Amino acid sequence: MSYIAKPNVSHPKAPKNELGLTERDYEGVVSTLCAGCGHDSVTAAIIQAVFELGIEPYKMCKISGIGCSSKTPAYFASQSHGFNSVHGRMPSVTTGANAANSALTYIGVSGDGDSLSIGMGQFAHVIRRNLDMCYVIENNGVYGLTKGQYSATADVGTVGKKGPANKQMPIDPVSTAIGLGATYIARGFSGAKEQLVPLIKGAIMHKGFALLDVISPCVTFNDHEGSTKSYAHTREHYHRVIKTDFVRPSEEIVAAYEAGDTMPIKLHDGSKIVFRRVDKDYDPTSRAAAFSYLRDSVNAGEIITGLLYIDEETGDMHDLSGSVSEPLSKIPYEELNPGADQLASLMDQYR
Amino acid sequence: MKSTDTSNPDYFHKVVDCQWACPAHTDVPGYIRLIAQGQFTDAYMLNRHSNIFPGILGRVCDRPCEPACRRGRIEDKPVAICRLKRVAADHREDITDRLPRAPAKTNGKKVALIGAGCASLAVANDLLPLGYEITIFEAHDTTGGLMRTNIPQFRLPPKVLDEEINNIVDMGADLKINHRIESMKELLDNDNYDAVFVGTGAPRGKELKLPGRYDSENIYIGIDWLECVAFEHIKKIGKKVLIIGVGNTAMDCCRSSLRLGATDVKVMARKPRAFFKASAWELEDAEEENVEIMVNHSPKEFVVENGKLTGMVFEQMEYTIDEKGRIDRGKVVGEVTIPCDDVILAIGQDNAFPWIERDIGIEFDEWECPVVNETTMMCSRDGVFFGGDSAFGPKNIIWAVAHGHEAAISIDKYCSGEDLQERLPRGVNLVSQKMGLHEWSFSNSYDAASRRLMPHVDLKERFKKIDIEVELGFTAEQAAAEVERCLNCDIQTVFTTKLCIECDACIDICPVDCLTMTEAGDEADLRSRLTAPAENTEQMLYVSDALPQTGRVMVKDEDLCVHCSLCAERCPTGAWDMRKSAIFIPQAEDEVASRESRSAASA
Repeated sequence: MSYIAKPNVSHPKAPKNELGLTERDYEGVVSTLCAGCGHDSVTAAIIQAVFELGIEPYKMCKISGIGCSSKTPAYFASQSHGFNSVHGRMPSVTTGANAANSALTYIGVSGDGDSLSIGMGQFAHVIRRNLDMCYVIENNGVYGLTKGQYSATADVGTVGKKGPANKQMPIDPVSTAIGLGATYIARGFSGAKEQLVPLIKGAIMHKGFALLDVISPCVTFNDHEGSTKSYAHTREHYHRVIKTDFVRPSEEIVAAYEAGDTMPIKLHDGSKIVFRRVDKDYDPTSRAAAFSYLRDSVNAGEIITGLLYIDEETGDMHDLSGSVSEPLSKIPYEELNPGADQLASLMDQYR
Repeated sequence: MKSTDTSNPDYFHKVVDCQWACPAHTDVPGYIRLIAQGQFTDAYMLNRHSNIFPGILGRVCDRPCEPACRRGRIEDKPVAICRLKRVAADHREDITDRLPRAPAKTNGKKVALIGAGCASLAVANDLLPLGYEITIFEAHDTTGGLMRTNIPQFRLPPKVLDEEINNIVDMGADLKINHRIESMKELLDNDNYDAVFVGTGAPRGKELKLPGRYDSENIYIGIDWLECVAFEHIKKIGKKVLIIGVGNTAMDCCRSSLRLGATDVKVMARKPRAFFKASAWELEDAEEENVEIMVNHSPKEFVVENGKLTGMVFEQMEYTIDEKGRIDRGKVVGEVTIPCDDVILAIGQDNAFPWIERDIGIEFDEWECPVVNETTMMCSRDGVFFGGDSAFGPKNIIWAVAHGHEAAISIDKYCSGEDLQERLPRGVNLVSQKMGLHEWSFSNSYDAASRRLMPHVDLKERFKKIDIEVELGFTAEQAAAEVERCLNCDIQTVFTTKLCIECDACIDICPVDCLTMTEAGDEADLRSRLTAPAENTEQMLYVSDALPQTGRVMVKDEDLCVHCSLCAERCPTGAWDMRKSAIFIPQAEDEVASRESRSAASA
């Protein structure tokens, strides 16, 4: 952490987005996480993504639970809405917020403990609802705030700073999400922003639940030799199954892609995700293929990254429940609350 | 692009833009920090080590440091470096005990310095403490050279001059005033000097031979006129005065005229404002005093009626400026006569050596300048050295001081029978400034304060006498605010490649986006791939070796770094560290110390 604030000075030629804002306008307070924490790089990637997407800060909502990861929302977009909720309960709070106002961009930031231990049930059900949100798991394999105990994502055989190696099977958020039916599933690495930023942009623009599992090393408790979530280990076993570029509706695809090697997928708002396959036979639209590929890679000891699965067809929570897309605050009170008589007649229909 | 060789002392020296730009390499951030700590005497002495005349230069330096200042690239205005130097001089305590002293016994070597201006005084300052017997010949009855004759008293009070010059002369120089050297040959043949140094300046003002030039006595050469004013041979001037030329001498002429009775002073410039030679701040000061500066007027002839100067005819010019900012010769679009009582010509000055015979082995080039070696300052005759304006034509005081330091090294080597070219190399020493967690030895937070404005004597008050110093000096509050604007560029960001774990923390925190980790490449290619535009190619890229994990390189664009230390603070492994660079610029005393230690080692 730092005691001095990040100085209020910027590069005189810092680029501006279509709103006339610079990246610095999307910053939050200076991080109080450990120096070198992967989470700070994820924060920087989120800042870059929302800056480049040109999202109005007041149309964005950041939500989190408890943990090192859950401090992240304080470190970006100071001008946005935010809610630091109860441990593992970020999905419910986001569901409530989204139910009331689906016009906002929801970015939830969670950790391996917050999502896969205390919040596992919440995690499963928010996927089931296909809530329209970008759900980032900052995954470092340890409970950092409580000084480095193995978390639910710790790999078998990984060694902590002290004590015996981990023997319990890890929960892989990506295969779990594939199994649960999530509609946008990606894995990134905090140390590879050029890959992470397009994945975040795609996750934000995807309509439905977008899971982003980001390997984000804990520099204090899990960055030593023997750890399978260290910077060095991740870099050594990092494998990009697929390269993804995010292309906005207003942009032309200028990069030259070889025919047959690329696959553009149109998102709901007209933007595109262009896949460039690194592994020739990988099909990111097949849930079965993604699942078996993941199993094989785990056996091979690879950490596969990229946008692993996408489904743009399934509707989100509002589509499924037929609820209004307009923010409830914009609906006149009489319409929102038609009165006791209407409620009584509605109830009568079910008698 | 190869990884940066930081063992070359020039690399980190260049990062300290002000110190690099200063001909005498004054440790600017060092003395500004001392001022911030209230150590005015220490700040003065640190200055004096490099530039000898902090009080003088704190008022009238040409300040090449300020246009170079990094702060000027971050926002508009650089740190008021020059005026902070004056703060140190104004508030210092008695320094008598800290001044260099001549040893009780001389070394028996005799050196003659011709001219008692800044260049000669710098040589004397360096050689007297080493035991040399110094004789200074001065044509006028007082010391200081152009500092006294050409800079008006309302900019540089004689008291300040006297004190700093006497600090040198009083070490034991034999000062011979009213002693003009009329023949170099005689001096070299008859007097027994081991070395001779010429510091006689560029004393001849340029002429403007237009019709009517010699028909009136009211047409003056700028530097001669200023000298007459300084020695009080001229005490008044007409109401309407035209100054021809728009350099710094012209600014002194127009402002002096206002103090000698002129009420309507016009500075006539041939070219548009962007091509003026005068420093921006001298123009500002003149315009504050309601001097009118007229552009695009080329002098054509003097109008003299019945022996009386009544005006001057100018051609009105029009120029085209190309996209590279170059100006053409212009075309005449009209003609105008401007009435006046006096005209002062301030269009430049030349070297003049009528007293140096051309057959004594001192070579001159086609412009009548001596041929002088830029490193050693020695001319084509062994044992004769030049410095200041007399060496390479008109420059400024701080260049003269720098020449003096180099000439002193050469004179010492010459008198000791050493090779003049074999000089001590420059050096750099780096010391970490980390004091603890989140604690640095310097004020690292960026202070957004804007440049303080120098308070001036009231416009009415200042014209009452010619010696009322216009600038009052910074107040304590102003100095306290201005010192915090310094970015501490000498506290260097130093990178240790093997410690880096490529976590991106430094890149994410950098407020000015000057860091990037990327694949190696040549410089132009690297510049195109950095986090933020790196268009200032005069500023270097700091490139690491291949990083341990990915083989990429860490690149820092030095251009806009505010030295806030956040990269080092956010670095989990200490790969980035903030280290103070001390740049070692050898002077004559260092050469002597090195010689002594060498002879002690061989003995």
